[in-house]
Amino acid sequence: MTAGGNVSAGMTGIDELLRGSLDHCVKCTICETQCPVSNVTPLFPGPKYAGPQAERYRVGGEPSVEWSVDYCSGCGICSMSCPQGVKIAEINAQARHKLKREHGIPLRDRLITRPTWLGRAGTPVAPLANFTLGFKPLRVLGEKTLGVHRNGPAPKFAGRRFSRWARGHSGPGTGRRIVYFHGCGTEYYEPWEGQKIVEILEHNGFRVEVPKQDCCGLPLQSSGLFDDARKVVLRLARALAPHVRDDPDTIIVGNATSCTLMLKREAREILGIEGDPDLKLVSERTYDICELLLELHDRGELKTDFRPVDEHIAYHAPCQQQGHYIGKPALELFALIPGLEVSEMNARCCGIAGTYGLKAEKYDIAMAVGADLFAQVEASGAGEVACDSETCRWQITHATGHKSAHPIDYLHRAYGL
Amino acid sequence: MATLTTDVLVIGGGATGAGVAWDAALRGLDVVLVDRGDLAEGTSGRFHGLLHSGGRYAVKDPRAAEECIAENRILRRVAADGIEDTGGFFVTTPWDDPAYADRFAAGCAATGVDCEEIDRAVALKEEPRLNPDVSRVFRVPDASIDVWKTVWALARGAQQRGARVLPYHAAVAIHRDGDRVTGARLRGSRSGEELDVEAGVTVNASGAWAHFIAEMAGIEGVRVLPGRGIMIAMNHRLVNTCVNRCQMPTDGDIIVPIRTVCVIGTTDVHTDDPDDHTVIQSEVDAMLDDGEKLVPGFRRARALRVWTGVRPLFEDAKADSTETRDVTRAHALLDHEQRDGVQGFVTITGGKLTTFRLMAEETVDAVCRHLGEQRACTTSTEPLPGSEEHATYHLGERLERKEQHLSDHQLICECEMVPRWKLEQTMRRRATTNLDDIRRLLRLGMGPCQGGFCIYRATGILHGLDGLTAEQADETLRRFLQERWKGVWPVLYGDQLRQARLDDWIFQGVLGVEHLPA
Ligand SMILES: Cc1cc2nc3c(=O)[nH]c(=O)nc-3n(C[C@H](O)[C@H](O)[C@H](O)COP(=O)(O)OP(=O)(O)OC[C@H]3O[C@@H](n4cnc5c(N)ncnc54)[C@H](O)[C@@H]3O)c2cc1C
Ligand code: SF4
Ligand code: SF4
Repeated sequence: MTAGGNVSAGMTGIDELLRGSLDHCVKCTICETQCPVSNVTPLFPGPKYAGPQAERYRVGGEPSVEWSVDYCSGCGICSMSCPQGVKIAEINAQARHKLKREHGIPLRDRLITRPTWLGRAGTPVAPLANFTLGFKPLRVLGEKTLGVHRNGPAPKFAGRRFSRWARGHSGPGTGRRIVYFHGCGTEYYEPWEGQKIVEILEHNGFRVEVPKQDCCGLPLQSSGLFDDARKVVLRLARALAPHVRDDPDTIIVGNATSCTLMLKREAREILGIEGDPDLKLVSERTYDICELLLELHDRGELKTDFRPVDEHIAYHAPCQQQGHYIGKPALELFALIPGLEVSEMNARCCGIAGTYGLKAEKYDIAMAVGADLFAQVEASGAGEVACDSETCRWQITHATGHKSAHPIDYLHRAYGL
Repeated sequence: MATLTTDVLVIGGGATGAGVAWDAALRGLDVVLVDRGDLAEGTSGRFHGLLHSGGRYAVKDPRAAEECIAENRILRRVAADGIEDTGGFFVTTPWDDPAYADRFAAGCAATGVDCEEIDRAVALKEEPRLNPDVSRVFRVPDASIDVWKTVWALARGAQQRGARVLPYHAAVAIHRDGDRVTGARLRGSRSGEELDVEAGVTVNASGAWAHFIAEMAGIEGVRVLPGRGIMIAMNHRLVNTCVNRCQMPTDGDIIVPIRTVCVIGTTDVHTDDPDDHTVIQSEVDAMLDDGEKLVPGFRRARALRVWTGVRPLFEDAKADSTETRDVTRAHALLDHEQRDGVQGFVTITGGKLTTFRLMAEETVDAVCRHLGEQRACTTSTEPLPGSEEHATYHLGERLERKEQHLSDHQLICECEMVPRWKLEQTMRRRATTNLDDIRRLLRLGMGPCQGGFCIYRATGILHGLDGLTAEQADETLRRFLQERWKGVWPVLYGDQLRQARLDDWIFQGVLGVEHLPA
């Protein structure tokens, strides 16, 4: 039997896969012990309750009766830890979606879930926008009117866009083709991460293509705005698919772990998009950057001309990265770098879960969720914190004051590029 | 020995008997209602859960169809609190005679059963798991009815009007004074104590056991042919509408969504003993195959438990062969004064749960004749306790209630969302040490883990409240587990097998229930 079970002919696979998976729950409570949110707040009753239990009381035609499911951050730790294969986080996402559809969606959720809009609006006026984001009185106003927490770890606009750099960049022009999916974080906030990735790939003999691309729809999805999210992710699939369709050897690589997860799995398992050939193709070809580099290394194809990097860093594997079910490839890559000392954090979650920790009513919860991690970072004695997901990095830096970077930063330094 | 005196003694606390008690109490009569077990522990508590629209009988038994639709409309108002308005479909699957659909529609029209043919696509949108190969779909006003809630509402209503309700009191003898039945002797099945009831009229409402009570009264020829039927409850609602196959009524042709589960049923196999609850594996298999026809994937979904109920099919062995041996009769009311020249005794058996109110009305009419009084029936307009607002319940109710008390109401039964305060309140009210009694009232232990996580908690709470000895508490726990196990073993495959293993580790491995001092 597949993990989802109970797939029936008349049922769209998604509903069966998710709702049907509640049949596997044996009530062991393991997920409850793992959920970072229910462990710090009584406002969320926990994955077993909100997932397989409450789902038995939900009927399509009846109105949603619980707001508490909105406090699930969607981190996915529960689904990962359930030994029976119950799609808990996914069931919660569906319930949240129904709730939002029935009760309307706050303007705040409409805004902060659209990084493309925000990015386009903020980039040309970066200094002003950054000033606004950093300016307490305006943030207080934003909290009151929009419900975005005044202290939420808002990123700084870079003031330039990665895609512009990519257009102006002339690579080697030869080598194996690879498609780079950079995501919104790289595009508007951290374009230098994208540059580093391109340089690393080129150093390893790739010819990097950067198609015109947009958001993957994840922020919309995690706020329950499924219809919009579907449109957005399909638009992305349309943009990427032509670049890999005719060549079975070309793959897509991304550095935003949650966005690549969206392409790999969540568009199907949470948004329920099925039978779209573009999405299917893109989904099969998508790799996380560290996953790819480690695979190259396993095949003896990764250059290892690393110079020592004499630093002590902390590494936190974000929840969404763990949702790829690829282990923690960054740790193995770090081991290739001479001199680099890495303390592995074993806290569950930093709390931010995309845009969750920005929301006024959830900020304190998110900070409490991350408290364990923040304390570990402090205790490790490490300088910087490496972490694969940008929103998690912003949260960690916001909470600990430690600088943070994507794992490829250290590879880039070690290659001396 | 204590003696109670009353106008009406009702033997049998199923839907019929409780309905008689409520009806008689409303008419101002003094009532004693008894059952050898708990209320609704007989056939009523083991039925399929369907409040018939009448569709099922529209072709085969038009009179039954008319009765069902009339009662369906009445009960939606007066017994709303125990009813969920699920609606029903009759669907023509590839295994059904396609010609039946037109006969069905005509039958519904003739009997007044509301019926509308709907587009397949509409039906599949509403019920996405339904077999996409159904060719025709009719919508009817089927509903599901929570029998425990309903029977206890009837009993409570009667009690509020002075009736005495005595569960766990079996009639062991019927008293006769010449041509008159004058009451019965009861034996407390827990205390063992006996009690006499003197009654103006004694009503035999013991369903599939009616012949035993009739015999005790020296009445001949009351024959009940018990027909055993099997049902399987699935872990969650695969459908939210009652789905019937559109064909002549047969086995395994209905799925009823009720509370958090859906139930497929049923069969009809003759048995000699109404207490025979044998589950035959081949019947379980056949039922799962039938489920597959209505909902593809049914066999892979998780089954929770299996149980059987016994229909009281009445045959009057006394009547001349053709005259009153009317097999299509929905229910049988025997006025023993007219039939046997015995006063003060009436038997009501057969029928359906859906028609219990009508059966009670006819019965109490006969009771009034025996008492020589004219009192009008008001059960078709008087709401039951809890149904004053005529509001039917909906599935999300418990979730909604819990949501309002997320952190202050501790859940004891997590699957069926039974909070601690409710459990304690019910334990006090029922003053029972039998967790099965509590289960019927609250659905305690009826969810996916079948008591695996809540029953040891509930036992502990009961132990604290009731001052049971440790041995009594152990016994309570063991009894409950044995009852649950009976229903679980026939469907031990897939997910439920894993659950049973985990439950087993908890009870045998951690708690060592088999080695508790008895
Ligand atoms: C498998 C199955 C499925 C069914 N499904 C449906 C359905 O979906 N919809 C529907 O409308 N109908 C259904 N029915 C029919 C319905 O369940 C019965 O007609 C109805 O429950 C009968 O109720 P009752 O009160 O007459 O009998 P019971 O509920 O059996 O009540 C009789 C009571 O008498 C008690 N008793 C026996 N002997 C004694 C004694 N010596 N002293 C004291 N008490 C005694 C018993 O303990 C029992 O509680 C179904 C029946 C079966 C078997
Ligand atoms: S971990 Fe899985 S099986 Fe255990 S309670 Fe949670 S959902 Fe159920
Ligand atoms: S997704 Fe994360 S926050 Fe939500 S229930 Fe699962 S573990 Fe808890």
